[in-house]
Amino acid sequence: MTWTWFHRLGSPPYVYTLAARLTPWFAWPAALLIIGGLWGGLVLAPPDYQQGDGFRIIYVHAPSAWMSLMVYTTMAVAAAVGLIWRIKVAHAVAASCAPIGASFTFAALVTGALWGEPMWGTYWEWDPRLTSELILLFLYLGYMGLRAGLEDTQRADRASAVLAVVGVVNVPIIHYSVTWWNSLHQAPSVMRLAKPTVAASMLVPLLMMLLGFTLFFGAVLLVRLRGEVLSRERSASWIREIVKA
Amino acid sequence: MSAYGSPATGVAVQAAPVARQAWAGSRQAPMLEAAGLALARDLQLAFRKRGQLVQPLAFFAMVTMLFPLAISPELARLREIAPGVLWAGALLASLLALEFLFRDDAYDGTLEQYALSGQSLTWLIFAKTAAHWLLTGLPLALMAPLAALSLGVSAAAVPGIVASVAVGSVALSLIGSIGAALTLGIKRSGALLSLLTLPLSLPVLIFGARATQLAITGGPLLAPLELLAALAVLGVTLAPLAAAAAVRISLE
Repeated sequence: MTWTWFHRLGSPPYVYTLAARLTPWFAWPAALLIIGGLWGGLVLAPPDYQQGDGFRIIYVHAPSAWMSLMVYTTMAVAAAVGLIWRIKVAHAVAASCAPIGASFTFAALVTGALWGEPMWGTYWEWDPRLTSELILLFLYLGYMGLRAGLEDTQRADRASAVLAVVGVVNVPIIHYSVTWWNSLHQAPSVMRLAKPTVAASMLVPLLMMLLGFTLFFGAVLLVRLRGEVLSRERSASWIREIVKA
Repeated sequence: MSAYGSPATGVAVQAAPVARQAWAGSRQAPMLEAAGLALARDLQLAFRKRGQLVQPLAFFAMVTMLFPLAISPELARLREIAPGVLWAGALLASLLALEFLFRDDAYDGTLEQYALSGQSLTWLIFAKTAAHWLLTGLPLALMAPLAALSLGVSAAAVPGIVASVAVGSVALSLIGSIGAALTLGIKRSGALLSLLTLPLSLPVLIFGARATQLAITGGPLLAPLELLAALAVLGVTLAPLAAAAAVRISLE
């Protein structure tokens, strides 16, 4: 088996054109799945017997929360690859992930708060999942702050990569300590979704949204990656050729 | 800072030949000896500028004082919030002290010499962090009972409070060493340092405050104390590696 396909991924011009070619393959399925999932979730699925129509926010909330963690993992893996094999493109991927992940985390927090108001009677509850999500937002902001603070791109890449890897070791610890903290301080009075067997008409749109959000992340990542590669390679000759053409 | 610049380099120069002799004498554990010398050097330097040592402690006392003034002087209410006050204060004080961890050594080139010395940078960074804990974490642990007594906590809780702050501050120093190393060379890095360090320190805060609360109410505090110790052990094993990598990146 040859590894040329892998080595070529380290070359900025190759990645730049590859990302351009792949973007529609992510963007169109994402658009179709999200439209279909929204139609299924907001129109076709029956209202929940307990929560009425309020539960429908899950179709945005759950995929956002899922993406917030997945993007962080992607970012940390890319950062570790860049740190270990010194691949610049991997650092560019990690740098492109951070704002997307922070946006998904923010979306999960806002939709969670909006969901909490009708369900719990309050916008904010120090619920372990909401709290973990808030901490995750701070981790993203710290990562982006560190990148912004370091002027030299190479140093910013490597320092933020160390931070991302340290963060990945810590995320489970933070999550479990927050869960433990909450179970001690607060009686389980919060009304929450029991785990009923979810009807297929509710579940299928949710799975469509999950897959759609994942592909949407892929498409946005590819677009951001191209921008990141362009700004990093701005003095390279291949970019001058592209601009001329 | 500049006034203290010369003793700092002076000690570094003095320490070097001693270290070389030690390695020539015994080849068993040069890493540990170098780390021991770095530790001794940091302690010696710190005692030459005692003013800086007192700052985090004074800050801790000030933070503790804010709460009776802001909330209420009633001891019954203060006793209830004492664990939170103590731990938020300890966390902020250790954060404040972190800025001193690498800063002076980065300015005068000592860190660069450490990286070039051929010794394990991980051990040297670990020694620096250990010195930092001895100079800030341990005094904080010894001062915490005073703050607790002023908040109406009974004297019976003192051993538990000292133990939890002592163990927890080990983890705080180690986590903080990563943040301090990553922000080396960034101007006005204080806010960024707290943004990087605080989210990673939250488990320490949770278990520490829980252990302190149990110490105050007389409950069994062994479980959270053991979790704190586990975090400290995890920090000892992994944090110096990450901090040394970060220091190296800042020197590139």
